[in-house]
Amino acid sequence: MNVFHRHQGATPYLLLLPGVLFLSVFFVVPLGFLAYQSLESGNIDFGYAFTWQWSNYWDAIQNYRGEFIRSIEYAAIATFFALVASYPVAYWIAFRGGRWKNLLLLFIVAPFFVTYLIRTLAWETILSDHGFVVRTLQTLHLLGSNGRLLATGTAVVAGITYNFLPFMALPLYVSLEQIDARMIEAAEDLYASKWHAFWRVTFPLSLPGVVAGTLLTFIPAAGDFINAQLLGGPQNHMIGNVIQSKFLELTDYPAAAAMSFILMAGILVFVFLYARLVGTEQLTGTAA
Amino acid sequence: MTDQLTRRQLLERAAVGGAAITFPGILAACGSSGSKASGGTTSVEQKLAKTLNFSNWTLYIDVDNKTKSHPSLDAFKKKTGTDVNYVEDINDNASFFGKIQGPLSRGQSINRDIIVLTDNDRYLGLMLRKGWAEKLDKAAIPNIKNLAPVQRHPNFDPNRDYTLPWQSGMTGIAYNDTLTDPVLNVTDLLENPKLKGKITVLNSMGDAMTIVMLANGDDPTKVTDKAWNDAFNRIKKAVDNKQIRQFTGNDYAPPLARGDLAAAMSWSGDIAQIGNKHIHWNVPTQGGALWTDNMLIPKGGNVYTASVYMNYVYDPKVQGLMEAGDPKRNITGIYYIPPVIGAKAWALKFNPAIANNPLIFPSSETLSKVKIFDNAALNNQKYLTQWQNLISG
Repeated sequence: MNVFHRHQGATPYLLLLPGVLFLSVFFVVPLGFLAYQSLESGNIDFGYAFTWQWSNYWDAIQNYRGEFIRSIEYAAIATFFALVASYPVAYWIAFRGGRWKNLLLLFIVAPFFVTYLIRTLAWETILSDHGFVVRTLQTLHLLGSNGRLLATGTAVVAGITYNFLPFMALPLYVSLEQIDARMIEAAEDLYASKWHAFWRVTFPLSLPGVVAGTLLTFIPAAGDFINAQLLGGPQNHMIGNVIQSKFLELTDYPAAAAMSFILMAGILVFVFLYARLVGTEQLTGTAA
Repeated sequence: MTDQLTRRQLLERAAVGGAAITFPGILAACGSSGSKASGGTTSVEQKLAKTLNFSNWTLYIDVDNKTKSHPSLDAFKKKTGTDVNYVEDINDNASFFGKIQGPLSRGQSINRDIIVLTDNDRYLGLMLRKGWAEKLDKAAIPNIKNLAPVQRHPNFDPNRDYTLPWQSGMTGIAYNDTLTDPVLNVTDLLENPKLKGKITVLNSMGDAMTIVMLANGDDPTKVTDKAWNDAFNRIKKAVDNKQIRQFTGNDYAPPLARGDLAAAMSWSGDIAQIGNKHIHWNVPTQGGALWTDNMLIPKGGNVYTASVYMNYVYDPKVQGLMEAGDPKRNITGIYYIPPVIGAKAWALKFNPAIANNPLIFPSSETLSKVKIFDNAALNNQKYLTQWQNLISG
């Protein structure tokens, strides 16, 4: 309660002002507009009218259930692989990086200096039917002689994993870096094996990073459409592709807006369940 | 940006749309473009702007292979003093329309003086119906007399008051001969099991449906529900059994050259431009599609400057060079079908091989095999939705 006493008056509200203003103008207002649009009917030729068109929502769920599920599925798999791939790296940088820490972190962020689109297009070359990766997998008989990676779900998940990796790695690094190494030493002094010390001490302490990284990866990944567009085939389209096509190709703005809201709701439900599962302290990082 | 922002300019920009002084407005005033936002004067100002902002499709203008510059644009600058800000930011009609429709519907300028849209997609007609195109300044385009007669009275713009053709092209099938036997018809493309997962189909409904309808023996210039359903189901079947790897804009070219694709439904000029001797293009045996990309001045564009530029490209000599390039000067041309009478005579001087290429200056026999997709079907919401669900769902 002390905190509140010390900051009585207008100061806390003034400090909040820039953020609140920014979010109102650039988030709340557009969101309201989108909600309004999602209940409109009509078309680009004759204009749109607000008619409480709830059927936009039911139609979207009915017609595009497959794409919604696929989006959640691809995003979840990609998030898992991003976690598995970046945890050891973040761990190593945090505990063994020494004076190279900053440079190593720069390497993780380095791909961000290249446009998202170009990075994804690069995967088209990497996974090319006659490229090194596919030929190697064929030699190892992990892929049939006519098999391919491009225009498959595997390529889409690989692309998402790659593109969102830094969002996972950086929060992981931050929470691992804050761990007091003496706690791990203490665990070992108390006869915990290295493995035990990791599972009972290090990993729980890094949970805020795991949670933050998971959310930062999963949420944008579920709405992504570039990877499915460039690396997937007609069978691998995600809900982002449908929304993009409704907005841009069909100019069916109401349907597109309704789908965006359904996606948002779906993600919120996921985040809520996830928070219940791991505890809200982890979600807000107060445990660290 | 060295120009001083005068008070008058500032007030002008501020007044646009009745809005308060906005940051983008001030930025626009600093810009050297001279393009005006809509809602301005009605009379055409007979003064060339310093810069002409021109949005076009990729690989769609002459290129100097050494410097990567565009000789026809350099020559235009030398002649008129107007610098062309040439932006290759159109990859398909729909996405581009999606980008510009927001500002245009709010009466804002999109900072472009010329854009190029295709007649076998619904958006060109829509731009005109919505009143989002400026009327051409025909007094500044005496060369309009060189417009090919067949192009003079299209149904979306009967007197060519708003649009002029940039180039036409044919839609057919390309194949890579290192990976497959010649692919000359739709049956091979969509149903040959040897090509499973190795072919792409264009995401443009007009192009794809024209070709498949012709293969079915139907008439794509007058689409019936039955013809639509037959063609649609034929493509859908090829999606379901994974014959079709992807639906593409003109991004099929790199994978075709790389060998990821054995064959692709594609546009004639792209293949001529790739210049890979293993990649061949042909009009399918049962017929192909014909389309025309049209220049237009979006609302708020500089009408006079844009019209002067259009007049320039309708000069047969200029068009001849743009079209055919010039191997002696290491210039690659557009290699599509020019709409300008007299361009061939100049093309013959610059690059006889191209001028004699039947894909670029097609014979009347070839032209009789290509059809223009039904304009009414392009705006049929049921067809459009079905098609979009197929290619993106």
